[in-house]
Amino acid sequence: MSQAMIELLLEALLETLLMVGVSGALATAFGLPLGVILLVTSKGHIAENRPVNAVLGAIVNATRSTPFIILMVAIIPLTRLLVGTSIGTPAAIVPLTIAATPFVARLFEAAMREVDPGVIQAVQAMGATRLQIITKVLLPEARPGLIAAVTVMLVSLTGYSAMAGAVGGGGLGDLGIRYGYQRFQPDVMLAVVVVLIALVQITQSVGDRLVRHFTRK
Amino acid sequence: MTPAMLDIVKLSKIYETPSGRVHALDGVDLSVARGEIHGIIGRSGAGKSTLIRCINLLERPTAGKVRVDGQDLTVLPARELNVARRAIGMVFQHFNLLSSRTVFDNVALPLEIAGAPSGLIRRQAREALERVGLSDKADRYPAQLSGGQKQRVGIARALAGRPKVLLCDEATSALDPETTVQILDLIRQINRDLKLTVLLITHEMSVIRDVADRVTVLDGGRAIETGPVFDVFTRPQSETARRFVRDTVGLALPPHLTESLVPVGTSDRPLLLRITFVGPAASEPIVSALSRRFDLDLNIVAGRIDEIQGRPFGTLAVLVDGAAPKLEAALNYLRARNMPVEVLGHVPSHDRAAS
Repeated sequence: MSQAMIELLLEALLETLLMVGVSGALATAFGLPLGVILLVTSKGHIAENRPVNAVLGAIVNATRSTPFIILMVAIIPLTRLLVGTSIGTPAAIVPLTIAATPFVARLFEAAMREVDPGVIQAVQAMGATRLQIITKVLLPEARPGLIAAVTVMLVSLTGYSAMAGAVGGGGLGDLGIRYGYQRFQPDVMLAVVVVLIALVQITQSVGDRLVRHFTRK
Repeated sequence: MTPAMLDIVKLSKIYETPSGRVHALDGVDLSVARGEIHGIIGRSGAGKSTLIRCINLLERPTAGKVRVDGQDLTVLPARELNVARRAIGMVFQHFNLLSSRTVFDNVALPLEIAGAPSGLIRRQAREALERVGLSDKADRYPAQLSGGQKQRVGIARALAGRPKVLLCDEATSALDPETTVQILDLIRQINRDLKLTVLLITHEMSVIRDVADRVTVLDGGRAIETGPVFDVFTRPQSETARRFVRDTVGLALPPHLTESLVPVGTSDRPLLLRITFVGPAASEPIVSALSRRFDLDLNIVAGRIDEIQGRPFGTLAVLVDGAAPKLEAALNYLRARNMPVEVLGHVPSHDRAAS
């Protein structure tokens, strides 16, 4: 592989890291409160609210069931509004964030649902407010599960980001399609796949290690 | 008389279920004096869990009042209820500790929630840990502790905020017998040292015997019997209470006797009696007295002496053989001496009493 190819590969790797990193961070920031609201408004929980839960749940499900490639094209006006352009790496971050947020919110919700209801009751019996229950019980007790959820999301985002080439987003997937497939350079394709595998492996093992570190059971 | 620390008036809880309304609590009245350990006993489904959870309003009663130190909790708005709850410590069957927090941070949690300054938190949490004898485990996580130690942490956590009342929800039901005794001793000691009022629920009469001053028997959502532990043990009024007492201090009669029992009056074979000795009567030579006075043959088939709150309490099962009028006179003699006696029936088969 030529020097130029290696530079292309590095550039694509950086673009992928940028897309996955920024959209992952944003999706975590939006997904955590969304996951908390989905959980606490559900039936029998500390802030049960049927209408809110039903509406949010419907939005989350609708977003999750839209294929990513369609979502990406469908929200082009929003993307243009937010980042001023509908092509390029920054433009890809918008649909990636929008796709990952409901996904990770559901994972967060599931992780926090695992918190022992008895522990929540114990804290209610101490006179905790709902906000205190969230910050002192749900989030810290679910921390390993929340970290595992972020790991799953980052791995999924790495896969989604390969489709970002459709809006000129660059990245490893895009490189593989343009050089490996369209220009018949199997060595580039192979290199892209190897780098992606390594990236996912590293993400997963760092995530697993953090989960282990924070697990006290 | 000082007003009760805990006063429950006509408490009802109705659950609406698909199969109809269920009265989990049906007009329960209960009063717990300051510094008293009050036990609530009932089998599963009697409503005891609902009752204890209605006291700090983890469950909202359908009707009735819950007064803690004179304050009715059922009328309080959410914010004031949270403040009132800080005066009620609660210990749970499954401990319900936060696995992500150390022992110390678990004990500090109620103070943190109350917004106490950090110096006070440290002082009171340390003091509470010391009281349960776990100062050396402050930096451990709950998963590193045994069941008994976890419950000690649960008790320390309940005490950290210096509550007026301690609620124990089946606090020893998940523990082995030896650990149960240790935890009950601890509760007793805390009750004495801090003059803390304790309400505990259990399905084990032995827990009541070992730790409570007074007991209330709950059945079908109603408080069917209440009184000092010694009285309920020695003179249970309700069938439910009798069964609980029998299961705990009662005699296990030899199966060949219970199987062959026939109702009183249907045979002239020996009668099986269960005599209960209470207080001073426990030391009377009752068997020889009956034998001599009424010319009866007595054969002891089972016997046991227990101690409840430091007072002797014995049960004796005897086969009595003799002429019917003399048997009748013997029973009257026992009753006149205020000795609870139960006539269980005749034992028709081969027996040893008539030999």
